[in-house]
Amino acid sequence: MSSELPTGLATGRTESALRLVWVYPDLLSTYGDRGNLLILVHRARARGMPVESVEVRSDQRLPEQADIYLLGGGEDGAQAFAAQRLNADGALHRAVDVGSVVFAVCAGYQLLGTSFYAKDTEHAGLGLLDLRSDRGPNRAVGELAATVDPRLGLPTLTGFENHGGRTHLGPEAYPLARVVAGVGNDGTYEGAYRGRVLGTYCHGPALARNPALADLLLRWATGADALPPLDETWTDKLRQERLASLR
Amino acid sequence: MTEGAFTRQRLPLRAKLASAVSRSAGALSRATGRGDGSVIGGRLGMLIDPDLLAHLAAGRRIALISGTNGKTTTTRLTTAAMGVLGPVATNSFGANMPSGHTAALARAGHTPYAVLEVDEHYLARVLADTNPAVVALLNLSRDQLDRAMEVAMMATRWREAVTAHPGVHVVANADDPMVAWAALPANDVTWFSAGQRWQEDSWVCPACTSAIARDGEGWACAGCDLRRPQPQWTAEEDTVVGPDGARYRVKLALPGRVNVGNAATALAVAARFGVRPADALPRLGEVASVAGRYAQVERDGRTVRLLLAKNPASWLEAFDMAEPAPTLLAVNARVPDGLDTSWLFDVDFSPLRGRPVMVTGDRALDLAVRLEVNQVPFTHVASFADAVLAVPPGRLEVIANYTAFQDIRAELDRVL
Repeated sequence: MSSELPTGLATGRTESALRLVWVYPDLLSTYGDRGNLLILVHRARARGMPVESVEVRSDQRLPEQADIYLLGGGEDGAQAFAAQRLNADGALHRAVDVGSVVFAVCAGYQLLGTSFYAKDTEHAGLGLLDLRSDRGPNRAVGELAATVDPRLGLPTLTGFENHGGRTHLGPEAYPLARVVAGVGNDGTYEGAYRGRVLGTYCHGPALARNPALADLLLRWATGADALPPLDETWTDKLRQERLASLR
Repeated sequence: MTEGAFTRQRLPLRAKLASAVSRSAGALSRATGRGDGSVIGGRLGMLIDPDLLAHLAAGRRIALISGTNGKTTTTRLTTAAMGVLGPVATNSFGANMPSGHTAALARAGHTPYAVLEVDEHYLARVLADTNPAVVALLNLSRDQLDRAMEVAMMATRWREAVTAHPGVHVVANADDPMVAWAALPANDVTWFSAGQRWQEDSWVCPACTSAIARDGEGWACAGCDLRRPQPQWTAEEDTVVGPDGARYRVKLALPGRVNVGNAATALAVAARFGVRPADALPRLGEVASVAGRYAQVERDGRTVRLLLAKNPASWLEAFDMAEPAPTLLAVNARVPDGLDTSWLFDVDFSPLRGRPVMVTGDRALDLAVRLEVNQVPFTHVASFADAVLAVPPGRLEVIANYTAFQDIRAELDRVL
């Protein structure tokens, strides 16, 4: 299925600056979700890329021609409302069709699937990933570590998870990673991706501890095969400390 | 009336024993240096008499103070204001769960009044146990989401608690939509405006989930009739404006605009008990430190000031209070802090640019990565002591989250 792997073509880009959209921060922003936007901006600018970022509230139309769309976590009511608004708007689906990147965490990840539960009711998701979410037996709260699908060429995923849902992947979605510690989707796999749409249960500023994942999103968006290295002194130390805390 | 007479006349035998055990355990805890005794005594007392808090509360006129931020300081200021009327029992060590309330009331003996800080999760239970005259609802924002309830859920719980006690007078923050919605079922509400710098948790209407539109200090739901109530008490710069339009200059020893808001709340609560603002103001000005918070300490020629910041909203307030001096940031993620450090990315640290910044604490590396992204230069120090040595004589501001603050406070010999 190599056609599903990123091709390196920047088909979603129409302007010279990298365009980042934070989708509905009024609904999908629980705890540090802004961090993913800040980290992508920081890492793009550090490579000399011009960046534009916009925060689009749920009462506004979503732009169709951005390079990366970010979806954060949210409370049940807000999550259901966001799914309803995004399906009605349609712009995110059209953007994905032309190759834009989507990175979603936690509740945002769940709503990329075909269905999810909020307030004990099943809601239709966006159907951008072949997965569905339901309620788990307990809330998964704590450190999460997982070995990433080798095709993505990333080091171990590390983050903090905080969710009551369990996510079940259909054949059209690839697991992002295999769980080493924590719960993730179902205790075995964590996250999912297909094409340039990627979701994870590492909530909040997931990219803070996973700079290589941030760079993967930037490479997908720009078509660059590689990006100039950055000083990773502090992120390396943080990753080592967090992964060591699990042993 | 002496404490002994109070115990004999008012408390059932079981409660009397429980109260005595509670007091001696608290004294033992303090004497052995294990703690300030605010909690252990209350826990022991409640084991002997589960209704001890209700027994100790009976006969007192009580105000409860709750909210995500500012409750310890507002409790301290309200206690000072109520002091105009006579002795006031209070849990002044920030021990804000029922065990702390029990210990505080047992230790205080008979007082006609009590002002109790209440952890927001325990408000319903403490309302039921203490039958207060007044409940002050300050604010609700994200705080330790890995264990605490989400903000909308917390507002729902508050609203249920208020609905279950229609007779209690509620003093509520008109600037926080979550608080306003929670307070509205009360028969009788005094609204205050203390400002809401942190608005990220109240963009969605708690009543109908439509968007909340803001216009200056006003706010209104686009989908239902929830809107900002007209406040009777307002904090403006260094002035509190009362319900009759009278303006009171507030001269506080505590820093920051947020504390003028806390003072307005304290005056509004005390007014319900008959305290005139003019009588209370001098007492508010005497409050210089609250359980070590805001305390200034001399150490090796440095003037160290301790500011507590537990969540995004309170970090923003701390930056407003801190002077442009060398600043140490200390962050832990132990159970009382919440195990998750994601909130660091909700805080904009850019106000610290241009001053020497140091980071320390269990989670200094999370802070380091955050500051790097925020383009705030910093150095990493192993401890508070190293930070003191790293700065020239003069002021050192310390902003720390809960257990990091307690660690530094312990190092400074439990400064009060």
